[in-house]
Amino acid sequence: MSSRDLILSRVRAAVAGAPDVPHTGPRAAPAAAGERTVELFAGRVADYRAVVHVVEPAEAAGAITAALARRAAERVVVPGGLPEEWAHAVRAHLGDGAVGDDPPLSAAELDAACGVVTGCAVGIAETGTIVLDTGPRQGRRALTLVPDYHLCLVRAGQIVPGVPEAVAALDPARPLTWISGPSATSDIELDRVEGVHGPRTLEVVVVR
Amino acid sequence: MRVALFITCVNDTLFPGTGRAVVTLLRRLGCEVDFPRAQTCCGQMHVNTGYPREGTRLARHFADVFAGYDAVVTPSGSCAAMVREQYPRLARTAAAAGRPASSGTARDAGGRAAGRTAPPSFAEEVAALVPKVHDLSEFLVDVLGVTDVGACFPHRVTYHPTCHSLRGLRLGDRPTRLLEQVRGLELVPLPGAEECCGFGGTFAVKNPAVSAAMCADKAHNVMATGAEVLCAADNSCLMHIGGALGRQRAGIRVMHLAEILAATESGETAAAPAGPAARTRTAPATRPLSAPAARTLAAPGGATPAGPAAGTPPEPGPAAHGRTGEER
Amino acid sequence: MSATFLGMPAFPRNAARAVGDSQLRFNLRKATRTIRGRRAAMVGEVPGWEELRAAGRQIKDHTLRHLDRYLLQLEEAVARAGGRVHWAADADEANRIVAGLVEATGETSVVKVKSMATQEIGLNEALAARGITAYETDLAELIVQLGDDLPSHILVPAIHRNRAEIREIFREKMAEWGRPAPEDLTDEPRALAEAARLHLRERFLSTKVAVSGANFMIAETGTLVVLESEGNGRMCLTLPETLISVVGIEKLLPTWQDLEVFLQLLPRSSTGERMNPYTSTWTGASEGQEFHLVLLDNGRTRVLADEVGRQALRCIRCSACLNVCPVYERVGGHAYGSVYPGPIGAILTPQLRGTDSGASAPPGGMPASAAPAPGGRMPASATAVSRGRMPASATAVSRGRMPASATAVSRGRMPASATAELDASLPYASSLCGACYEVCPVAIDIPEVLVHLRAKAPHPRAERLAMRAAGWVLDRPVRLARAQRLSGRLRRFVPRRLPGPAAAWTDTRDIPDIPAESFRDWWDRTDGGTR
Repeated sequence: MSSRDLILSRVRAAVAGAPDVPHTGPRAAPAAAGERTVELFAGRVADYRAVVHVVEPAEAAGAITAALARRAAERVVVPGGLPEEWAHAVRAHLGDGAVGDDPPLSAAELDAACGVVTGCAVGIAETGTIVLDTGPRQGRRALTLVPDYHLCLVRAGQIVPGVPEAVAALDPARPLTWISGPSATSDIELDRVEGVHGPRTLEVVVVR
Repeated sequence: MRVALFITCVNDTLFPGTGRAVVTLLRRLGCEVDFPRAQTCCGQMHVNTGYPREGTRLARHFADVFAGYDAVVTPSGSCAAMVREQYPRLARTAAAAGRPASSGTARDAGGRAAGRTAPPSFAEEVAALVPKVHDLSEFLVDVLGVTDVGACFPHRVTYHPTCHSLRGLRLGDRPTRLLEQVRGLELVPLPGAEECCGFGGTFAVKNPAVSAAMCADKAHNVMATGAEVLCAADNSCLMHIGGALGRQRAGIRVMHLAEILAATESGETAAAPAGPAARTRTAPATRPLSAPAARTLAAPGGATPAGPAAGTPPEPGPAAHGRTGEER
Repeated sequence: MSATFLGMPAFPRNAARAVGDSQLRFNLRKATRTIRGRRAAMVGEVPGWEELRAAGRQIKDHTLRHLDRYLLQLEEAVARAGGRVHWAADADEANRIVAGLVEATGETSVVKVKSMATQEIGLNEALAARGITAYETDLAELIVQLGDDLPSHILVPAIHRNRAEIREIFREKMAEWGRPAPEDLTDEPRALAEAARLHLRERFLSTKVAVSGANFMIAETGTLVVLESEGNGRMCLTLPETLISVVGIEKLLPTWQDLEVFLQLLPRSSTGERMNPYTSTWTGASEGQEFHLVLLDNGRTRVLADEVGRQALRCIRCSACLNVCPVYERVGGHAYGSVYPGPIGAILTPQLRGTDSGASAPPGGMPASAAPAPGGRMPASATAVSRGRMPASATAVSRGRMPASATAVSRGRMPASATAELDASLPYASSLCGACYEVCPVAIDIPEVLVHLRAKAPHPRAERLAMRAAGWVLDRPVRLARAQRLSGRLRRFVPRRLPGPAAAWTDTRDIPDIPAESFRDWWDRTDGGTR
């Protein structure tokens, strides 16, 4: 008997005669997207000690330039599909320091970059989470992982109230990365320290 | 209302004063109290130690003894939780094992059931019984609807909620609401109140090092309150914490909730003029440690020589009863 | 430490030793209390927490009831997405599969994401035996690995270590494994985390094979989910060319949308955060990676066969029960002799190892391919294999302070009788205070399972006799009354300190006075206090 058949037969023997349990349990009612969603999102992101700005659409490019200037970033990765207005802001500020990922950068090249500027797929207000799905504006997963600084732009319309809405909005066929603040650890005396292996600085610009 | 008292085997044997206090209190509140003589034990020790067969036999006996009463009141959160949480499980197991349930219970049940026609199953008995079994504070607050029971106890008291009262029965603030209404009583909060004292029945013997460490922390927290009296709704936990307090000569006595609620102005003032703390703090010096009769559970001096709480019914005499009267 | 640790001591002995370690108790107390408060605040902020908890419980119960169907659905979905699915009936088979997959790549090292399942099967040791080095990348696992130590907590495996101890481990051991610790390393958590970052950076960028576990698998879509904090998980899941995930079969959820419940329950219960910093999900082979999924039984189907005990399979490894447990707080994780410590370990370990029926269980060395035994009981093979081949964590009990040689020996096989003794004692490693049940996000009634397993555990002869005697006395009120009168008469002769097992009580506590008259005798004599 193969292990597959053995395990399946053990499972069937184990639950034979057990009462059925329906799948759908009580679920919390979906939260309503309210006026305060953007403010809640920004506040919750900031709770993780990420840097957050809320700007009007016309101010987005300026916010990017200002952030990169504060960071004194010289070499920043710009994924394909980043809206031209945002990509232009990076290029205008850094010139050749704005690098694309086509052909794909090696891990060492990514490690040598100061940071990355991306959009996102979904923002979650309740938990202050950004979800990337490797779609346009975001690039493959390594781009937002290896460089030490991640500047992420979130449009107000991408922000959903809670986790259930985010799960519903996302496509599981794509590799997803849910990001809630900078990389952190509490492994030493449960003292939270921001910044281990992932980007140690997360800066979020919410565009109304 | 006619109420059956389930005293519990521990209280019956070691803490009869608590039982007398419950009787006093319930009568004062207008209840007719019955003590079914056939009662023994709820079976908790056996079940929780891994002897469900013996435990189920005791549970069946319990169900038979208390079947006819409107309400069963017990001064033990732990035993009440046993009936409420574990009896249905025992009944399910017995039912699943078929009738007769198991070799141990079968003889017994069969013997008792022989004279009846169509005896109710254990599961049916349990289903009928469970809603009628109450811990004392539940009964007072939920069934009788009182929080002021007319007690007077002018002392500083801290309350330990005990695990089975807190998380098993979910007594919530019922006991402290009762204590807050006691005249003269100053209730001081216990740090880390929700944490287990480490008794856990046979846990105290099977894992003595951990149990003692938990108890030491609990005793430390009790002492930090500056209370004269540690109160709880379970004498098992009190025996445990009180045992540590007594060993450390902490000068804090332990009292069951019923004993405080049974205390009244006349009794208390007559019985304990100096206050419990004053008396117990001097106790170690004045008592000969070697004489067993001088030993007491955590310096119980405060209760009256005539009984654990003032206002108890006429007592036969100071030396004869309970854990009071014997320490001097 | 001495060779006494090679035999598996029972829980009370381990616990007594741990309780005497004041540094350990201080570290544990500080850590568990911190995280307890954080969890309470995060759970308190969710208005529908109890509904969420009920949903989590129900989804898990439903999945377990139809596990065969969902496993097949998962297998198909993973294959459709370009992944390969392997089935491992026990630890040995899982280790063989993983080692074979690594060897097929031609690589001799792997990076690992923290995974309970791979610890349970002793994967690192099995790979080492075939010349493959496994590098742990989670900070706490790194501390444990460098210190030749054992994990003592599900979420924070180095919870028993304080910052000064960690600094020493880094300074002494990092060079042996790769980039040495900075010369001027302080014991600031920030500095220690930075040292770990530097130590592992090159390893992440160059290693070609990664091994992970998973928090959840979605049957409907074939998606795997890993929750983490540091980014080491993302590194392992993203950069290597080959990814091998070893996952217990109970980690399934039926649908993608079910994740909404568990992504709310787990972070708040576990780290006490609204959301953990990073959650990665992937379906099959992603971004050109080669992906293998190893589905692990290793005793899980035996747990599933127990009507009461099977609820332990709902566990999502949040460790909230450890953090509130008064026993865990005082003894730490090593005393439990398993990668699963604390209350959940006390019910999971004996069931997974199959020693819950105690000394009567068959000895190790049974063939691994036995068919299911009649009556729904699991075959002895899983019992034997998991009992005879516990990973190191199960064997050593000191806080990793034993010399490397002793650890090495203990990582080998150990006598089944020793495991049986420990496992028989685990269900008693609780005062049944119920704090674990209250915080469990999937409502595992741990006290209920403990009591259930106690009934199945072998009992010492003296205890059996005492319990039988007590049962006999309590069986008839007249016997109880007689016993009470007898003890009342003898009460003046009870010594202050008792001999034998009762000394466990009287060493630190007074015993109560025995009253001269029981309540029932008083009731009879005074007609209920009316005379």
